Amino acid sequence: MTARAAIYYALMGLVLVGVGLYQSWNVAFGILNLCLISAIMALGVNIQWGYAGLFNVGIMGFTALGGLAAVLVSMPPVGEAWQAGGFGLVLSAMVAAMTVVSIIAARRVLPRKLRLPATTVLLLVGAYFANQLFVPATDRIEAINPAQTGYLGGLGLPIVLAWPVGGLIAAGAGWLVGKVALGLRADYLAIATLGISEIIIAIIKYEEWLSRGVKNVTGLPRPVPYEVELAATDWFITLTQWLGIADPADFAGVFVKLCYAVLFAAVLAIVLWFAERALNSPWGRMMRAIRDNRDAAEAMGKDVKGRHLQVFVLGCAVCGIAGAMLTTLDGQLTPTSYIPLRYTFLIWVMVILGGSGNNWGAVLGGFIIWFLWVEAEPLGNWFMATITSPMPEGSWLAEHLVAGAAYTRYLLMGGILLLVMRFAPKGLIPERQTTRR
Amino acid sequence: MDIVNALALFANFVLVPATAYGAQLALGALGVTLIFGILRFANFAHGELMSFGAMATILVTWLLQDMGIGLGPLPTALLALPVGIAATILAVLAMERSVFRFYRRQRSSPIVFAIVSVGVMFVLAGLIRLIIGPGDRSFADGARFLITAFEFRRATGLAEGIAIKQTQVITLVVAIAVVAALFWFLQRTRAGKAMRAFSDDEDLALLSGINPERVVTIAWVITAILAAIAGTLYGLDKTYKPFIFLQILLPVFAATIVGGIGQPVGAVLGGFIIAFSEVTVTYAFKKFLAYLGPEGWAPETLVQLLSTDYKFAVSFIILVAVLLIRPTGIIRGKVI
Repeated sequence: MTARAAIYYALMGLVLVGVGLYQSWNVAFGILNLCLISAIMALGVNIQWGYAGLFNVGIMGFTALGGLAAVLVSMPPVGEAWQAGGFGLVLSAMVAAMTVVSIIAARRVLPRKLRLPATTVLLLVGAYFANQLFVPATDRIEAINPAQTGYLGGLGLPIVLAWPVGGLIAAGAGWLVGKVALGLRADYLAIATLGISEIIIAIIKYEEWLSRGVKNVTGLPRPVPYEVELAATDWFITLTQWLGIADPADFAGVFVKLCYAVLFAAVLAIVLWFAERALNSPWGRMMRAIRDNRDAAEAMGKDVKGRHLQVFVLGCAVCGIAGAMLTTLDGQLTPTSYIPLRYTFLIWVMVILGGSGNNWGAVLGGFIIWFLWVEAEPLGNWFMATITSPMPEGSWLAEHLVAGAAYTRYLLMGGILLLVMRFAPKGLIPERQTTRR
Repeated sequence: MDIVNALALFANFVLVPATAYGAQLALGALGVTLIFGILRFANFAHGELMSFGAMATILVTWLLQDMGIGLGPLPTALLALPVGIAATILAVLAMERSVFRFYRRQRSSPIVFAIVSVGVMFVLAGLIRLIIGPGDRSFADGARFLITAFEFRRATGLAEGIAIKQTQVITLVVAIAVVAALFWFLQRTRAGKAMRAFSDDEDLALLSGINPERVVTIAWVITAILAAIAGTLYGLDKTYKPFIFLQILLPVFAATIVGGIGQPVGAVLGGFIIAFSEVTVTYAFKKFLAYLGPEGWAPETLVQLLSTDYKFAVSFIILVAVLLIRPTGIIRGKVI
C-alpha cells in the first residue's frame, strides 16, 4: 500500500468515526458492515475486470445466488414437504440429468447434420417428462403450511457455512455462463450476464418450493447473539457497567454490529490476501498479459479462453460469498429487493472509482461508494430543503422536489462514474506498474 | 374440430399482442443497432433514453389534457410526441457533446464506451425519477378499443372474439411509418449512404471525405427519435413505469444480436422474433388445443411451455441459441 492509499484509508476511517460521534455508533457500524460486504463484491468485480478485462453486468444474479445459499444452508428442513414432494423432485432431477447425458451422447455419435435436430427433440422430450414429475411435486410442497413454510427449507446448518457454499453455487453458475459467452466480443459477455442475472432473480422470485419466492424467508439464524438476549446475560451487563455505559440496550445493538464487523473484516482480509497473492504471482502477470495483449499472450501459448473462464468463475465466487454475507446480515431473503442499479451497476462505480486492477483501490471504492449511497439520502433531503426554502409554503414544485430527494443518489453515482472515467480513468489508487520503463 | 375459433383465440392472445410488442422492440433495437453500427458499443443507456422520451411526451400530454386540447378518438400523446422527440434529441445531443465526444476523440475501446453509458444511464434514471417519480403513470386517452371482443363475436357469430386495442394499431402504423422512413433515409439520401459507408468501413469512409462528426450526430439524432417513439408507444400500449425500462433492455439487446449487429433489417426481424417467441412460449395452449381436438375434450394441463414469470428467459435462450448456432445473427452482422 502506498502513502497515498494509506491517506485515503485514514480519511475514510475518520469519516466513519465522525458518523459515530455526530450521528450514532449504531449508524456508523451499520454503514461499516455494508461497506465491508461492498468491498468484497468490488473485489470480485475487480478480479474479473481489473485482472482480465471481463465486463460482467450480472453481479446481481451471483449475489442473489449467495443469498439463496444462506437460506438453503441455514434454515431448518421442512420434513413434511420433503415427504410430500421430495421423491418427485429427485425423480424429475434424474430425468433432467438423463436428458443432458443422452444429448451429450447423441452429439458424440451422430453425424454433424443430425446433431441440431436430435438435440432439439431430446431436449423437448426430456423437458416434457421432467415437467410432468416436477409440477405436481412442487404443488404438493407449496401446499404444506403456505403461511409459514411452503418450501423445502434448508439443511439447518450454521449460517457461516453458507458463505463458502454461496461462493460455490455462484461459481457453478459463473462456469455455465462463462462456458457459453466467453471468448467472444466483450459486450457480448455483458449482455449474456445481464440476461442470466435477470433469470436467476426470476427463479428465486417465482420458485416458491425453493425460496418461498416473494413471500420472503425471514428469521434466518444468526452467527452472532440476539440483542435482547445479550442485554440480559451477566457478562454483558458487567461489561456495560465496567465501561460505564448508561444505555445497555443501545450498546447491545452496537456490540452485535461489532461482532458482524469482525466476521466480515476477517472474510475481507482472507479474500484480499488471496487476491493480492494471485495478482503478484506468475498467474497474475499472465492475466495482465492476456488483458493487455490477447494475441501476444496467445502466441506465447497461453490458453486465453481457459484462463478467462478461470478468472470469471473466481470473481463470481467472490460475489457469491458477499451475497451470502449480505443475506446473513439482513436476516432475510427478499427477492424483490434485488435491482440491477443497486446490485450490479453500483458495484461497477465502486471498482471504477477505486481503481480497476488494484485490489486496495476496489476495497476503498466499496467503502466510499457505499458510504455515499447511504448518506446521499440525508444529503439529498438537505439539498432539496435548501433549494426549496425560498419557495412559498406548500408549493407543488417544492413538495415534488422534496419527495424526489431520494433519487439524487442516482444522479450522484452517475456523476461520480462519468467524472472518474473522464478525469481519472485509473481511479483513486491506480494499478501498480510492476516494470518501470 | 373448430379451426376458426382456434385461430380467433390464437389471434386474440398471441398474434395481436405480439405484433404490437414486436413493433416496440423493433424500434428499440433499431436505435441500439445504429449506435452499434456507427459507434461500435452496446449502449446501456438506451432503455433510459426510451423512458426519457416517454416521460417528456407524458408531461406534454398532461399539459394538453389540462388545456382541453385533444385528438378526439386518438390519444393526445400523438400530439405531444413531436415535443417528446425534440426533448430527447436535445438530451442526446447534450450527452454526446459533454460525454461521448471525448472518448471518440480518444478512440477509446468499446468497453470504455459501454461503462460510460452506464454512467449516463444512472444520470438519466435519477433525472427521470426526480422529474416524474418512480410510480405508474397512465396517460392514454381517446377510444380504448378499435373493436372489442364482444363486437367481434356479434359481427362474426364466433365463440371467440378478437379484441384490437387502438394503441396496438397505432403502434403498428407508427412503427411501419418510422421504419419505412428510416430505410428510405439510409438507402436513398446522401447522409444515409454516408452512414452506411461509415458503419461498413470507418477508414475507407473517412478516406472518401465523409465527415465523421456529422455521421455521428445524425446517428444520435435518429437514435433519439426512435427511442422516444418506442418508449411512448410502449407506455401507451402497456403502462409507463420508469423501472420497466431497465428490464426491457434485455429483449432489445437480444433482438439486436439475433438480427445481426449493425443491421437495421435484422433489428426489425429480431424484434418480431423475440416478441413472438416470448408471447407464444408463455401462452397457455389449453383452450386452443381443446378447439382443435375432438368435441368435449381438453388437455389436462395448461400446455404452457414456460410460465409468464420467465419471459426474460426467452430472450436469453434465443440469444444463447443464436450465439451457438449462428454467431453473426440472422442477417450477417458484425462477427462477435
